[in-house]
Order: sequence, then C-alpha cells, then structure tokens
Amino acid sequence: MNMSIQEFLQHMTNGISLGSLYALIAIGYTMVYGILRLINFAHGDIFMLGVYITFYGIGFTPIPWYIIFLLAPILTGLLGLLLEKLAYKPLRESPRITILISAIGASFLLQNLGILVFGGRPKAFPTPAVLGRILNIGGVSVATVNFIIPIVTIILLFGLNFFILKTKTGMAMRALSKDYEAASLMGININGIISITFFIGSLLAAMGGIMWGVKYPQIIPHMGVMPGLKCFIAAVIGGIGNITGAVLGGFILGLGEILLIAFLPSLTGYRDAFAFILLIIILLVRPTGLMGEKIAEKV
Amino acid sequence: MLTVSNLHVSYGGIKALRGIDINIEENKIVTLIGANGAGKSSTLRAIMNLVKKEEGKVQYDGEDLTNLRTMDIVKKGIALSPEGRRVFSNLTVEENLILGAYTKHNKAEINKDMEKVYELFPRLKERLWQKAGTLSGGEQQMLAVGRALMVRPRVLMLDEPSLGLAPLLVKDIFDIIKEIHSQGNTILLVEQNAKKALEIADYGYVLETGSLVLEGPGEELLNDEKVKEAYLGEAK
Repeated sequence: MNMSIQEFLQHMTNGISLGSLYALIAIGYTMVYGILRLINFAHGDIFMLGVYITFYGIGFTPIPWYIIFLLAPILTGLLGLLLEKLAYKPLRESPRITILISAIGASFLLQNLGILVFGGRPKAFPTPAVLGRILNIGGVSVATVNFIIPIVTIILLFGLNFFILKTKTGMAMRALSKDYEAASLMGININGIISITFFIGSLLAAMGGIMWGVKYPQIIPHMGVMPGLKCFIAAVIGGIGNITGAVLGGFILGLGEILLIAFLPSLTGYRDAFAFILLIIILLVRPTGLMGEKIAEKV
Repeated sequence: MLTVSNLHVSYGGIKALRGIDINIEENKIVTLIGANGAGKSSTLRAIMNLVKKEEGKVQYDGEDLTNLRTMDIVKKGIALSPEGRRVFSNLTVEENLILGAYTKHNKAEINKDMEKVYELFPRLKERLWQKAGTLSGGEQQMLAVGRALMVRPRVLMLDEPSLGLAPLLVKDIFDIIKEIHSQGNTILLVEQNAKKALEIADYGYVLETGSLVLEGPGEELLNDEKVKEAYLGEAK
C-alpha cells in the first residue's frame, strides 16, 4: 500500500489514457443505441478491424504512418456503415431480438473472418518510434502515447460535441433518437442519419483502436471482444444513449481498473471482473445509469 | 391539388380504411371529421406514407405520391403536424423550428419563416431556448404547428390540433388556422371538434369506421340533421 506520489501519478496517467480509449469506444455503443435501440455487439470487432487496417497500412504500403492514422479510421467508418446496411437495415422492421441476434452473429463473423484473413497468431503493432518514447517528468516516467491519448480524445470529444449540438445533421440525429416518425415528417433522411451514426461510431472506435495498438502492441483477431464488452458496460454505467455518460463511464472503468491493480496487486487476476461487478452494482442501484434520464412523456 | 383515391389501409388484418376518396382544392380548408377510430389519422398518415397503403393512390398536382418516401413527400411541400404534437422534447424550441426547415437551405428565407411563426405564436419566441419538453400542452401544440409551417407547405395537414387543450386555447388554435389559411395556405384539418372544424372549413368529409358517409361544404354539413345528431351533440 505504500506508494510514492510519483508512482501514484504514473498509475493515474495510465488510468486516464485507458479511460480515454474506453470512452472513445463506448461512444459508438451509446450513439447506435440512442438511434436504433440496438446494442451493436459487433462494435468491438469493428475496433479490431480498425487496428488491423492500420497494421497493414503501415506495414504494406509506402504511405507514412500519420496519414494511415487518419485514413484507417475513415475506412473503418465506412465498414461500420456497411455493417449496418448488410446486417441491421434489412431487419429494421423485425422484432428487436432478431436484430440483436444479427449483431452477435456479425461479431462472430468478423472475428472468424479476422482469423481467416489476418491469421490467428498475434502480430506486433508497428508503433512509430516517436510515440513509443518514454518521457520522464519529475520522476514520473510515462510513455509518450499515454500523454497523447487523452489529448487526442479530448479533441475528438470536442469535435463530436460540436457536431451533435451545433450542426443541422447533429440536430437531426438528436431528433431521430427521440422520434423516428416525427423526424421523417421534417424531411429528414432517416437512413442517411443512421449511416452517419455508424460511420462516426466506427471512426471513433478505430481512433481508439490505433492508440490501443500503440499502447498494447500485441494484436490478435479476438482483441475486440474484451474491450468491446467493457465499453458496452461503460456505456451502460454512464446511461446508455447518453454520450457524456459513455465518456464518464469509460473514464470510471479505465481509472478504476488501473487503480484497483495499483492498490491491490493481489487482485490483478480480477481485472476484467471489475467491470462486470461494477455493472451489476450500477444495475442494482441505478438501472438508468449515472446520466441516463428517466423515461417520462407528456401526454 | 391533392387527390386521394380508393385508399385502403389495414393494421394486421384489421381494416382501418375501406376505400376513401378525398379531394383538396388549392387555398381551401378541408376537414375530416368522425369519431375515434374512424380512420381520420390513418388517412393523413397514409398520405405521408407513414403507414402502408394496401390499395389506393395519392396524387398531387398530377404527380403520383403513392410510393414516395416520407422525406420526399415533405420536399414536395406537404407537411403534417401529427396527432399528439410529437415535438422533439430533448431539443430547444428554436431547434425544433430549425428542423422544420430541414429541407430548406436558404438562411434568409428560413429566418423570415421563423419570424412569421413568432408573429403567429409570440409565446414561442419567449421560450426559444427552452427544451420543448418543458412547454405546456398548448405551447407544444403551437410548436408542432409552427414546426410544420417551417416546411413552407403548400398543403398543411393538422391532426387534432385542439386535442387536450383548454377551451380558450382551442379558440386560439382555430383562429390561427384561419389566419394561416388567409395567408394563402391549403389546409387539411382532422378534428374531433366537429363543430369548430366545420365552421371554418370550406368543405368537409365525414368518416365512419373507415368509410366516407357524407361530404359537402362545411356550412351544409353543419346544418345536416345526421351530422348534428351524431357529431354536434344536438338532438333532433
């Protein structure tokens, strides 16, 4: 339990950067849920695809890594959009459970396709040297990437916030999450907005994925499963459908996980269990999540 | 201008509309009256393609709207203020109005239309920054109508605009409908308040369990013995 202030700060930076990544991935769950009332179980696998696209982009094309870091998320976004068109859109009129099963199926499909195409053996993510460097600030040694992750996350969150609150498309998105029919009566292109939602969610997951790869450079086709589940939990903790909630949930989960291990090293093996225990507690105490609203309608 | 012919709609095997023919002429107020479940809302929803038409056609200035998507029907200039207001409660009053003009791109025109809405409903201007969910029922109804006006509709369809409003507000709403009409709009009004609706309507249709049973100029229907008995609460 004796921890120097330096050590503590080190754990904090680590926790904040992990929390940032969880936040970025959790946003995709919460946005899709807000619009379609669907838990997109394939979201973690979209995250994985983002990582592999980056891997191949850096390793097998002459394009510089920083361009790949921008291109890969866009490509992943398009894949997310395609996933919706193929796996969810045909089922839009079906009972909700059907589309949920389709999401689980899509998740398995992407994982196994990953094994088939990328190979099941772990690969080493090609971390650009600049990001791998270790910085030493006042006795706290931190990998550059752990500094960059929160900064990039904050920039992305500001961008997303601006998009959702200030643009007409963002407005349409919020309207759609409340009332499909009324939104279509405004002349809003429902399918278009749904596509944009999947694009943005997948793009953010890929951004998170790239930084994940830099932070934890061993990549395998199943790497999306656990972060996917945890970020789903983060979204539920924050109040699913609420973007700020998802970010908050991501940070709570990331920091909690790291600090748990830091203070109670004997519980390291329960690292993943922490998220699920937290989920159970939240569901018992506050089922709508921290920032979720009670559903009330004026008649 | 807008013609509905032989419209059939079913919900899971239950017939809601059994062959309706309606004609709306330019610059007129046309009303559909009838009891609960007669098929008034279904007619409007079928025109907007919010429900599937089993059979029938919707034509607008000679153009066939039958199979167009809702968003494209809106772009043609037909707006529906739906039953139950359906304002976006999580958006501000201003955002609700901006979304009404979603299909419009000319900023100056949008602002002009917004000013017009404020003229009709000064209350909305006071509440611009408020979330629509915090408005009273009457204010929400004003917002729903204002939002539909932002579409700049050539045909404005109003579904039960007076439902659940205090009597004083009901009068206001009907005055506003008349005013909107006098500005050169064509209106299709669905109402349970048959008397008020027929008073301002040029032409009316009476619906009963999915079929038209009567039609005629508003005044004529107002004086019709059957209508009086069934819908206006006046004994013979």
